[in-house]
Amino acid sequence: MPRIVKDWLADHVELPADLTADRLAADLVRVGLEEEAIHGAAVTGPLVVGRVVEVTPEPQKNGKTINWCQVDVGELGVDGAPRGIVCGAHNFGAGDLVVVALPGSVLPGPFPITSRKTYGHVSDGMICSVRELGVGDDHDGIMVLTRHGYDAAELAPGQDAIALLGLGDEVLEINVTPDRGYAFSYRGVAREYAHSTGAVFTDKGLPEALPTPPPGATPDGFAVEVDDAAPIDGQVGCDRFVTRIVRGIDPGAPTPGWMKRRLEGSGMRSISLAVDVTNYVMLDLGQPLHAYDLDQVAAPIVVRRATPGERLTTLDDVDRALDPEDLLITDSPEGGRGSRVLGLAGVMGGESSEVSATTTDVLVEAAHFDPISVARTARRHKLPSEAAKRFERGVDPRLPAVAAQRVVDLLVELGGGKADPAVSDLDTTTPPAPIAFDVTLPARLAGVAYTREQVVGTLEQIGCTVDAPVGGSTDVVVTPPTWRPDLTEPAALVEEVVRITGYDQVPSVLPAAPGGRGLTPEQRTRRSVARALAEAGFVEVLSYPFVGTADLDALGLPEDDARRVAVRLANPLADDRPLLRTNLLVTLLETARRNVSRGLGDVAVFELGLVTRPTPGAPSAPQLPVGVRPSDEELGALAAAVPAQPRRVAGVLAGNRRPAGWWGPGRPVDWADAVDGARLVARRVGVEIVVVADPEHMPWHPGRCARIELTDGTLVGHAGELHPKVVENLDLPARSAAFELDLSAMIVAASGEPVAASGVSAFPAAKEDFAFVVDADVPAADVHAAIVAGAGDLLEDATLFDVFTGEQVGEGKKSLAYSLRLRAADRTLGADEVRAVREGVVAAAAERVGAVLRG
Amino acid sequence: MPTPDPLDTAALDAAVDAALADIAAAGDLDALKAVRTAHAGDRSPLALANRAIGGLPGPDKSAAGKNVGPRRGRINQALAARQAELEAERDARVLVTETVDVTLPTGRTPVGARHPIELVQERIADFFVGLGWEIADGPEVEAEWYNFDALNFGPDHPARQMQDTFYVAGADDAPSNLVLRTHTSPVQARSLLARGVPLYVAVPGKVFRTDALDATHTPVFHQVEGLAVDKGLTMANLVGTLDAFARAMFGPEAKTRLRPSFFPFTEPSAEMDLWFPQKKGGPGWIEWGGCGMVHPNVLRAAGVDPEDYSGFAFGMGIERTLMLRHSIADMHDIVEGDVRFSTQFGTEI
Repeated sequence: MPRIVKDWLADHVELPADLTADRLAADLVRVGLEEEAIHGAAVTGPLVVGRVVEVTPEPQKNGKTINWCQVDVGELGVDGAPRGIVCGAHNFGAGDLVVVALPGSVLPGPFPITSRKTYGHVSDGMICSVRELGVGDDHDGIMVLTRHGYDAAELAPGQDAIALLGLGDEVLEINVTPDRGYAFSYRGVAREYAHSTGAVFTDKGLPEALPTPPPGATPDGFAVEVDDAAPIDGQVGCDRFVTRIVRGIDPGAPTPGWMKRRLEGSGMRSISLAVDVTNYVMLDLGQPLHAYDLDQVAAPIVVRRATPGERLTTLDDVDRALDPEDLLITDSPEGGRGSRVLGLAGVMGGESSEVSATTTDVLVEAAHFDPISVARTARRHKLPSEAAKRFERGVDPRLPAVAAQRVVDLLVELGGGKADPAVSDLDTTTPPAPIAFDVTLPARLAGVAYTREQVVGTLEQIGCTVDAPVGGSTDVVVTPPTWRPDLTEPAALVEEVVRITGYDQVPSVLPAAPGGRGLTPEQRTRRSVARALAEAGFVEVLSYPFVGTADLDALGLPEDDARRVAVRLANPLADDRPLLRTNLLVTLLETARRNVSRGLGDVAVFELGLVTRPTPGAPSAPQLPVGVRPSDEELGALAAAVPAQPRRVAGVLAGNRRPAGWWGPGRPVDWADAVDGARLVARRVGVEIVVVADPEHMPWHPGRCARIELTDGTLVGHAGELHPKVVENLDLPARSAAFELDLSAMIVAASGEPVAASGVSAFPAAKEDFAFVVDADVPAADVHAAIVAGAGDLLEDATLFDVFTGEQVGEGKKSLAYSLRLRAADRTLGADEVRAVREGVVAAAAERVGAVLRG
Repeated sequence: MPTPDPLDTAALDAAVDAALADIAAAGDLDALKAVRTAHAGDRSPLALANRAIGGLPGPDKSAAGKNVGPRRGRINQALAARQAELEAERDARVLVTETVDVTLPTGRTPVGARHPIELVQERIADFFVGLGWEIADGPEVEAEWYNFDALNFGPDHPARQMQDTFYVAGADDAPSNLVLRTHTSPVQARSLLARGVPLYVAVPGKVFRTDALDATHTPVFHQVEGLAVDKGLTMANLVGTLDAFARAMFGPEAKTRLRPSFFPFTEPSAEMDLWFPQKKGGPGWIEWGGCGMVHPNVLRAAGVDPEDYSGFAFGMGIERTLMLRHSIADMHDIVEGDVRFSTQFGTEI
């Protein structure tokens, strides 16, 4: 994101002399340019210009030769005499002007400089390289100022080098939102600064701002053709292409220090004069530019789409396979029209036509490309270049001629070149579309009483033309400026009015909603379930839904298990966890394990969350346009493509269910705690469940797993003790237990109807106890059902109070003892009635489950 | 002891006095029991005197009854009073021996807790329900159209690339056109399409971005979205709602401030700062979320005419809200599922 060098900004807008980075950030954020960072001063302390007076090479035992130098640093010398400094580099000599970091200075790193003993001398500072100063990456050794574009006549020993190199300013970096492409330039930022502060702004992007207006196209201009066979959405990929030629540039001419400083301060490396100048003008005005070695380009340039199989090695030294949608700059060597690829239009140039160390004649390109075409190419090739960043956000189509002229002027001035009169300017741009605008809209949308003058004045201030109504309506016609392609709707103009007049003008008025229906039954039930589990001693946790095959394997799921049919991410965070969970336990067990591994022995955790259960072979979601309501069929297709995501609740228990303490040992977790958890959830949902043994459902113990069904047989989950293998895989305590339920299905099954309450009988109860002997494999639930059926309407409660196996009841048998409470609504029960119930219970139990009353 | 004559009040009084003396002298409940038998039992002087009344001539019967009845009453009263006294003494003695150390720990029932992220979402939901809004939900694996296009992010929109989106792999290399929702905003279009206008909904929920977990980022986090669409809604209504929300979450001194920004689905758009009285190092502004007036294209995508209706929308991070409100320094605590973290919050927040 753009970094703002203060004195560069001052070229475009008046700035107070004492403007700090903080103040600038505050001024810009008011109009929507947010502070990204403030980069501190790169160098502090005494950093000065020095003249090397004497260099004495001293060979060392290690084979290295160091230089013992005397450096004149003016008044900062020891009693006015030069300072002695040890230096290992050899690219300088006596008489050179260099940068000296004196003791007390701090170079980027941070790297504090002190006076130190080395190689038998006291080195009283450091002679700096470009790299040490953080102003470049050169490995060429010491920064000799005259070789970096500084004029010896303007330098004096002892002079402050921090200011000279621009290393002392804090630099503001701003964040530019995608609608404000124009703010990717000093021109744009200066305009916004002026909007915020009222400072005087000079638009240097207008032809009038140039000393001489840019020339129009000439017949001998470098031939350019746009031949877009496949425009994207009907937009031809290039609607403006300006070329200029500068000949006879001195290839050795350095980039001047001031330009280098501004570029580097703005976060850009200095490369060569021609490239630096194009970058400089791009940062200044916002127009991406390209400089070709004229000798390496054969007319005509053809702007076209790539053909399948074409390749290009871009400036970053990457050989790329091109896509037929990529827009290319090509040229025509040996008459082959458009046969050679020069670059990806608006994204990055190629190596073959690059300006080199011997280039003297330069072809300058300043073009305007379709934002979508550039965005797609940049994305496809993962090349978010400076040019692409600007083009995809929109560049002012009127800039190319002005920007090209600036480049020509700078190359002439700094490189000693000569401007060639040949100019080409292929221009099919269309002016911005006018917007019919109701001047009362800003007031109606913002709730601020803007006057007509305020509205019109603000729009004119940002560069719009506001014309009188065509008829007698209150509407005006607003034509946005060419640098604001984002202004396409009245709402966008409203934003400008509110933004420039200030968001702080908008009052605070709480609207009165018409009144809602409160939480839905499902929302209430979710809360109730979570609350109940928490009150029952479970701790709620949230786990990430990302899983891998290994996680499903750890649960022991069979190969064909439906829970292995999972949504896969195309770009997972971890390659070994690319799937979305199909059940909660797979991630909740991991959370339980983490707690156990942290020394928390007794763990009861639960989670409520969505799982994803895709339908194999489900269609892709349709791609539908922006700003249009889909048809009902299209909405149906969207719904069909989105996988089922039921909300589930799961719990895991490990260690003791009741803690150990001074009162005695704890009660260890067992299967029943998990089933009890499931029953608790069902009670809170208000749905009746049936518990059935399930001998084959991982990750549960085959003999201790309950299948939880609704009364109509619908499966809604499982509960019980975990399989010992799974417990081992996950490093959980033995006998850990778990449940998982489809909360969505249970909530749907709950009637939601108000409970029809029965009256409470105050007549006395009769108690009857039974001990039945049944085969050991008869489920207690069946015996209970038989008792309920046999007892009839008088039964109020039946409690199983003892389960007994042993010799007394015989092998393969068990005894179940029940206590029944009988009561009538309208009378005291007589002995005959109680006897009849007893006989009914015994008969039903015998008939249904083969129960024999124990003697 | 001879049976006193029921007409001899002196003898009767003597029996009463003897009884009262013995009652007073009874040192424990067993002694009192013996005293009761002696002075109020079937063979006690007054019982015998009472029985003797039956043999008296008619005119004497009444006087004798008046002599004996009240005296027996006095003895019984004295017995009951002494009985209560002695029982109280015994209880006090016995209960003292049952003394326990009531400072012993009593945590015999395991203590559970809700996750604070869920609690904050519920509290937020309660605030909006209180305003008369409703709470909406949506899927986490979402069609790209709802996550982006319906919100005016076209396929080539730069902002669409800035969302760090998890994409769902399609079958046979065909794109699924599904994503893990990057924000709760897709529920805007879903709610508008399903419920129509006027609409006032808040949408708390889970969202996903491809950020690695660190102290301030997590790939799975939570947002709350607010959306109001009605006739005549203004940006002032947005500010009013945000201010009320800020006060509900952070106390009466809280307020909000808007800064111009950009989101594809709002215009005008704003970043929202919160005046946070409890900020470390003194009260100040901190970023809280994004907001704006609903973009006309979002209304159009849901079949609502932007000429007739306007609306506002806002969204903020639940984790950030929780971290601010409860001085939580490290995101790891929120996401790792360590029970020691949730347990601090109990079941209300």
